[in-house]
Amino acid sequence: MSAQIELGSENNNELNEHEDQYLTFVLGEEEYGVDILRVQEIRGWDTVTSIPNAPAYIKGVINLRGTIVSIVDLRERFGMDSVEYNDLTVVVVLRVKGDEKERIMGIVVDAVSEVYNFSDSGIKDAPDMGYAINMDYMKGMATIEEKMIIILNIDELMSLKDLDVVTQAVQK
Amino acid sequence: MTIDMSQFHGAFFEESFEGLQIMETELLALDVGEVDSEIINTIFRAAHSIKGGAGTFGFMNVSEYTHVMETLLDEMRDGSRPVTQEAVNALLSSTDVLKGMLEAARDEVDFDEEGAVKQRAILETILLGENAVSEQQTAESKEQTTDEVGAGWLIQFTPFTDMMLTGNDPVRLLRALDELGEMDVKIDLSALPPFSEIIPEELYVSWGITLQGGMTKAEVLDVFDWVDDACELHVEPLPQHDKSDSVTPSEPVNVKLASPGKTKSAKAAEKSKTPVKKSASSEATSIRVGIDKVDEIINLVGELVITQSMLDQAGEDLEEQAEAQGKNKNTKILLRLRDGLAQLERNTRELQEGVMRIRMLPISFVFSRMPGLVHDLSGQLNKKITLVVTGEETELDKTVMENIGDPMVHLVRNALDHGIETPDIRTAAGKPETGTITLNAFHQGGNIIIQITDDGAGINKERVLAKAIEKGVISESDNLSDSDINNLIFAPGFSTAEVVSDVSGRGVGMDVVRTSIHKLGGRVEVSSEEGKGSVFTIRLPLTLAILDGQLVTVGKESYVIPLISIVESIQIDRANINVVAGKAEVYKLRNHYIPVIRSRQVFGLPGDKKDLHGALMVVVEVGNGHAGIIVDDLQGQQQVVIKSLETNYRKVETMSGATILGNGTVALIWDVAGMVNYHQKKLKQGTSTIKLSADDADNEVA
Repeated sequence: MSAQIELGSENNNELNEHEDQYLTFVLGEEEYGVDILRVQEIRGWDTVTSIPNAPAYIKGVINLRGTIVSIVDLRERFGMDSVEYNDLTVVVVLRVKGDEKERIMGIVVDAVSEVYNFSDSGIKDAPDMGYAINMDYMKGMATIEEKMIIILNIDELMSLKDLDVVTQAVQK
Repeated sequence: MTIDMSQFHGAFFEESFEGLQIMETELLALDVGEVDSEIINTIFRAAHSIKGGAGTFGFMNVSEYTHVMETLLDEMRDGSRPVTQEAVNALLSSTDVLKGMLEAARDEVDFDEEGAVKQRAILETILLGENAVSEQQTAESKEQTTDEVGAGWLIQFTPFTDMMLTGNDPVRLLRALDELGEMDVKIDLSALPPFSEIIPEELYVSWGITLQGGMTKAEVLDVFDWVDDACELHVEPLPQHDKSDSVTPSEPVNVKLASPGKTKSAKAAEKSKTPVKKSASSEATSIRVGIDKVDEIINLVGELVITQSMLDQAGEDLEEQAEAQGKNKNTKILLRLRDGLAQLERNTRELQEGVMRIRMLPISFVFSRMPGLVHDLSGQLNKKITLVVTGEETELDKTVMENIGDPMVHLVRNALDHGIETPDIRTAAGKPETGTITLNAFHQGGNIIIQITDDGAGINKERVLAKAIEKGVISESDNLSDSDINNLIFAPGFSTAEVVSDVSGRGVGMDVVRTSIHKLGGRVEVSSEEGKGSVFTIRLPLTLAILDGQLVTVGKESYVIPLISIVESIQIDRANINVVAGKAEVYKLRNHYIPVIRSRQVFGLPGDKKDLHGALMVVVEVGNGHAGIIVDDLQGQQQVVIKSLETNYRKVETMSGATILGNGTVALIWDVAGMVNYHQKKLKQGTSTIKLSADDADNEVA
C-alpha cells in the first residue's frame, strides 16, 4: 500500500524521510485523510441519543462500551448537503487532543476508502481557494494516483471551540 | 542507577498530608501533663515518615523542620520532657507550617519562610528550656547514647546484597554523610564476584568511612535510618588526641541495625515496641490503589450490570416464547437458564455493591479536620466550645467527601462565629458557659445526612426578614413560614456576618455552601430556634457514581431526572394555569404559584401543545423554591450509573451527565437547576423573570 509521492520543494529533509499512514474516507466527491494513529476504530452507523440545543452537526452521543462518545456529522460540519445514512455510512472513532485532555469522538462519513503512506514533504500546504471547509482544519493536501486527498487537522476540527459561538447564536 | 524521583512526588505528598492529619488529630487528643506514649509514638511516626520522605525527595526545609519537631517529640516520648500545653500548641502550629511548606513544594511555588523560621524558633526555645524531669539524668543518658560529639567517626557500612531492592541507593547515603563533614571513603571490593556472576541489582561492596567534624553520633545514625534493616553498620569514634571529660571510653558502640527501633535509645525502643507491632498489622490490612483503577472497575461493573439486565430480558423473552408456542416452559434447559440468570443477578448486584464500597470512606476524614478548627477559632474568638462528634464511622464516597469538606468547614465556622455566644452572654442567658457544637452523620434511605448542631443564639428571624426585604430577595407582602425565613440565609446576596451577628465573618456567604452542596446532588436546610441554637442538615447522595432517577420521555428520547430533586409528579388541570405577561406560565399548586417550564421548548423541539390540560408535570425543587417541568411521558424509576458527558464532549447547560440504559442506549441526566436557568434566560429576552416561589419546605416529598 505504499505510494509514490511527489517531494515538496520547500522541504529539504529528504534524507530522513519519515512516512506516516493516513486513513482516507469519502465525503461526496472528495477524499479526506486523517492520521491513522488517531483512529481508534471504525463502526457502522447506529442510532444516537441527541443532545438538546446542540448544533445540527453534533448528531448526539453513543455508548461505546461504557463510554459516552459524541458523534459529529462531518458533512454538516463542513456545511455540505447532508445525505440519508445508509449501509455504507460509517463512524470513524478518533482520539482528539484538546487543550488539556484527549477526547474520543466519532465522525460520520460516507464511506472509508484506503490507507496511504505520506511523508511530511508529500503533504503540501493547501492553496486557499474557497473550499467548503475552513483552512484551519486542513493540515495540507497530498496527491496519489492523480487523486487529491485533503489531510485534516482533526484536533482543530473537533476542538468544539466554535461551539460556544454557535450555541449562543441558537439562544438568540 | 538514576530514577526520576518526581514520579513518586504525588504519593509522597498524599502520604505526608495524611501524616499531618494524623499528627493534628493525635496532638489534639493528647492530654496535657500526661505522657501517653502510644499517642506520642503515633505522632512521632507520622513526623518521622514525613522527614524521611522529604529528605529523599530533597525538600530540605521540610525535613529540617520536621527534625526539630521530632527531637521535641522524642524527648516527650522517653519522658525527659513534660507534655505542656505550650509544647502541644507549638507542635500544632508546626503542623500548619509543614502543611504550608508541603503545599508550596507540591505546587512548586515559593514558600514564605518567615513564619516557619519564627515557629521553628519557638520550638527551639522549648527544646532549650528548663526540663522538669531530672536534667542531669537525661543528660547522662544522652551522653551515653547518641548525642556525643566527637572529632569524628569511623563508620563501617556493609549493606546487605539486596539493599538496592528496597529502593535505597548507597550513593545517596554517602552523599548525605558527606554533607555532615569531611569524609574519606574507602571501598571494599573483596566480596565482588567475578564479572560473569554479577547480578546488577545486587550490592557486593562495602565502605569504610572516616568522617571528620563536629557531628553527633545521632546525626550519623540518622543518615542510615532508612536502611537500618538492610545493612550492617558499625559506628565508633575516631581515635582522638585531646577530648577531655565526657567522651565514652573508646569501646566501640556496635549497633547491628537488624531490627527497627534499636537506633534509638534502648529506653525509647522499649516503649515503642507495642505500637510498632500494631502499625505493622494495620499496614498489612490496607493497600494504596490509584482511584483511576477503582473507577475503571466501577465502570466495568456498570457494564456488567447492563449486560446482566439484557441477558435477563432475553431469558424472559425465551420463556414467553416457549409459552406462546405451547411448549413446556419448565424444560430442563430453561430451568437451568433461569437458575443461572438468577445467580448472575445476585452476584452482579453484590459485586456492584462491593465495588462501590471500595470508594467509600468513613466521614471521620472530614470530621477530623474540625477539632483543629474549633480549637484555633475558639481561642481567637474567646469562646468556650466543646465539640461532640458522633457517627464518624458513617461511610460515603471519596469524591463526595473531598467536596463536602469546605462547606462543612464553613458551616462549623459559622456556628462558632455566629451561633455560639461569648461566655458572658451565655451565662447571662442562663446557659452553660461552654457552648456545644455537635457533628453527626448517619445513613437514611440511600442518602447520608450530616447535621451540624449548635446550642447558640439561633437565627434572628426579624433581622433576616428585614435584610431579605432590603436586598430584594423577597417582597414585603410575601407570607413566609418560620422555616422559609431561616432558609433565606442561603439566598445569594446574603452576608451572614451582617445579618445574624455583628461579629465579622470571613470567607464566602451561605449561598456558596448551598451551591457546592447542590453540585454534589445534595441539599442543605437549617432549622433554628431563637436563643436555643440551630441545626444545619446536609443531605447527600452516598455516591456520585450512581443515582436514583425517574425516567421520562421528551420527544424521541428518554431522560433521567434525579429523584432527589423531584417533589411530586402531577397531571395538569387547566384551571390552575395562569399566564403572566402573555409569555410565562405559572401553575397554582395548592397555595403557591410555581413557574411552568416546557421541556420541549427548552430543548428546542417542535410539537408543543398549546393547551397543557392533562399534561404531565414533574414538580422539582430548585434552590429554595419549586418549579414544574412538563414532560411527554413518565416511565419507571431506576438506579443509573452516572457517566460524564464532559469526558468526550463538553458541558451541556441543561444536563448533568449521561447514563446507559438496560437496552444499551444512552440517556441524558437532567440538571434541574440548569434547566430552570436556561428557561429563565430564554424568558429574559423580552419579559422579566418569574421568581421561583419560596415554597414551604414542609411540603417536600423526598
